[in-house]
Amino acid sequence: MIRLEARTAPSQLMGVLSPLLAFATTMLVAGAIFAALGKDPLQGLQVFVLEPFNGLRALSELGLKSTPLILCALGLALSYRSNVWNIGAEGQFLMGAIAGGGLALWVTTAELAIPKLAFFPLLVVAGALGGAAWASIVALLRDRFNANEILVSLMLVYIANLLLSWLVFGPWKDPNGFNFPQTVSFAANTEVPRLIPGMRLGWGLPVALLAALAMWLFMFRTYRGMQLQVGGPAPLAARYAGFSSRAAIWTTLLVSGGLAGVAGAFEVAGPMGQLTPHVSSGYGFTAIIVAFVGRLHPLGTILASLVLSTFLIGGELAQSRLGLPSALTGIFQGVLLLALLACDTLVQYRPRWSRSS
Amino acid sequence: MSGLPTVTPAAAPRLRLERVTKRYGAVVANDGVALTVQPGEIHSILGENGAGKSTLVKIIYGAVRPDAGVIEWNGRPVQIRSPHEARHLGVAMVFQHFSLFDTLTVAENVWLGLSRRVPLRAVVDGIRAKAAEYGLELEPDRAVHTLSVGERQRVEIVRALLAEPQLLILDEPTSVLTPQAVERLFVTLRQLAATGCSILYISHKLDEIRALCHQCTVLRGGRVTGTCDPTQETTASLSRLMIGAEPPRLVRRESERGALALRVRDLSLPRLDRFDVPLERVSLDVHAGEIVGIAGVSGNGQQELLAALSGEDPRAEDGAVRIFDQPIGRLHSAARRRLGLHFIPEERLGRGAVPSLSLASNLLLTRRESLRRFGWIDRGALRTQTSGIIERFNVKSGGPGAAARSLSGGNLQKYIVGREIDAVPKVLIVAQPTWGVDVGAAAQIRGELLALRDAGCAVLVVSEELDELFAMTDRLHVISKGRLSPSIATEAATVELVGEWMSGLWGEEAAGATAAAPGRAAGAPPAPGEAP
Repeated sequence: MIRLEARTAPSQLMGVLSPLLAFATTMLVAGAIFAALGKDPLQGLQVFVLEPFNGLRALSELGLKSTPLILCALGLALSYRSNVWNIGAEGQFLMGAIAGGGLALWVTTAELAIPKLAFFPLLVVAGALGGAAWASIVALLRDRFNANEILVSLMLVYIANLLLSWLVFGPWKDPNGFNFPQTVSFAANTEVPRLIPGMRLGWGLPVALLAALAMWLFMFRTYRGMQLQVGGPAPLAARYAGFSSRAAIWTTLLVSGGLAGVAGAFEVAGPMGQLTPHVSSGYGFTAIIVAFVGRLHPLGTILASLVLSTFLIGGELAQSRLGLPSALTGIFQGVLLLALLACDTLVQYRPRWSRSS
Repeated sequence: MSGLPTVTPAAAPRLRLERVTKRYGAVVANDGVALTVQPGEIHSILGENGAGKSTLVKIIYGAVRPDAGVIEWNGRPVQIRSPHEARHLGVAMVFQHFSLFDTLTVAENVWLGLSRRVPLRAVVDGIRAKAAEYGLELEPDRAVHTLSVGERQRVEIVRALLAEPQLLILDEPTSVLTPQAVERLFVTLRQLAATGCSILYISHKLDEIRALCHQCTVLRGGRVTGTCDPTQETTASLSRLMIGAEPPRLVRRESERGALALRVRDLSLPRLDRFDVPLERVSLDVHAGEIVGIAGVSGNGQQELLAALSGEDPRAEDGAVRIFDQPIGRLHSAARRRLGLHFIPEERLGRGAVPSLSLASNLLLTRRESLRRFGWIDRGALRTQTSGIIERFNVKSGGPGAAARSLSGGNLQKYIVGREIDAVPKVLIVAQPTWGVDVGAAAQIRGELLALRDAGCAVLVVSEELDELFAMTDRLHVISKGRLSPSIATEAATVELVGEWMSGLWGEEAAGATAAAPGRAAGAPPAPGEAP
């Protein structure tokens, strides 16, 4: 029988080992699933885990998928550290996409000759405003009426989704689009500048990396960032110190909403090039897993987003190469998160093998 | 005072421990401990915090398995693998922190721990019978949340007695009682011992042990440093066994009372939660250069009053709380701190400090000296400042980078006290300054508070330890059921009087007591511009 014994101090080693252990567990489960589906587990894992790194184009796609994940997860990490449970990054992402896409649409239809480099910062601002405005609804309801931010932020995802659908099925629909629910393709000058010619990876990634660096400085080098992180683990200490919980709610929601919004704007003005009902492939939800796998640490977020985007691409590859359902991606994400939560127990507890009497 | 133990030497001891050792990592909590408890004996385990008392008790109660050693029960070697097995043997325990459900009645709470085949009616009758047998007033049908802390303890004791134990363990049972209630508890315990039940009494209060116990085993650093008959010892000799040195003495000067610093007038606050205590027209003054104490049994409004004074609960009327005549009732704690009011809460982990953050980061909770423009943290300055406090207050820690939770309770308390004292506050409010702190550290903290007073700070101490209040304060209030008594000069106060006040009984007599201390009376002249 295995018994768990509380450690006197949390294990530093396990803090590092736990994500690796969780990843290994996920790979074992993945192999078992491949075998159960009648595929060679090694080949399956090779397609799922290694193939996404094969070649410059694959790496560009990996970076492209990581960009929204990093941006969304950074804000979520800050929120969760502050005990603000925003799980609606998906909705904030969509509102950023609507704001950024709307701006691009306006430039396209008005045929404004604005240079690419001048449009990019405008796009960032539009996305951030869109996402932050959506998150501010959550903050307002929590602040004024103490409404649960988990429920509110989640429900706002569905509203954002419907709003997007209404726009692309209605007023923003491309008149020459054979009635498909999509806008016109945006003009070339609205596109997010690309990093490497011929590859889809754009400036979004460096922006996301800079945001991670900025978030790290904010969290660990500024008073404000430190204040925000007291409310999560020790709400009584925050009250004792006089750190405002209202400020924490507003700051974290506006920052995480803004970052998710920027991610949405990059997505529509980057690889999509137009607004459709399917702007996001669940980035805002996947980012929750990214934030936790990355230990709610800005730099950990970068690594975790690489892992999760590997799964996203691996799922698509498994579908096209092996004929496996792409739902595998979701399963692996779920297994990873569960395994991580289980492994995290080992940070605080020590397993003891003892014979039951 | 203490009856002779009803010990029949021929009989096997009720409990005998030999060479019991328990290690936690590198720390040896119990090192070859021997303990013998005879039937009908009231045996005290005396030791400072961290001496290994709780580990030893947990081993006897089956909550912790020893690494080595022998346990004999009525002469027979036993292994106590779980509290369940301990109860089966006849060991009962009353914990320092009660495990009662507030919303259930007394009988329902007791019933929860019993076999479900027993009908509730029988439990009610059983409680009545036990309570009557030991002269404990207890109404089985009352909801627990309506009971005072002393009554709750009675529930725990009756619950333990219903199991007809052969050994009853009490862990610091008097920390929540008025002096009068302590006397009543002792009567019950002596009566119980006379029936042959052994009692293991865990405490660090030397007077109580001398008054109650037949035998005493003293622990220091996990080892037994001696066994003695406490009735034959003096407080000083017991203390020497416990800490290995003479107890440090407080040297104090007369207070030089200065300007009125903290002024509370008619502070009333409704409860926030149904188990809170509402405050009723609390008034008090603290002048610069004096230490005012608030005595009282826990749960009588101390928490609520402290939160209203510190700013954690800013619901008070603005003018109800003033420092240096500036109304602060609605300011939050950071704003009050900027005006010179600092507060040391009783919970160190989670309130006074964030467990997961380093000592340096925890400094930022109340100190802003190492902040630069735009809230940028000067980490070098922060480390230096933290190291300074660690050194000055002799905090044993892994340095400024050590997480707060890695410190022992006493060292963390020294750090938090140091953090606030080092800020040179104008008004300092302290809750339970030496709770869970060893004798040496307690003396140091009390000395620092006195030095702060002598430097002209107004200090308000809220404590449940009467000894501490009598040793440190210049004036005393007593809080009971959310109301605050008038103040009395500490030198004019007696334990009996304060004990009576703890039950809420002041009034004419109290007014007399206050008047009996001329020049130090509570009724300070109204501040200028204040309506009478």
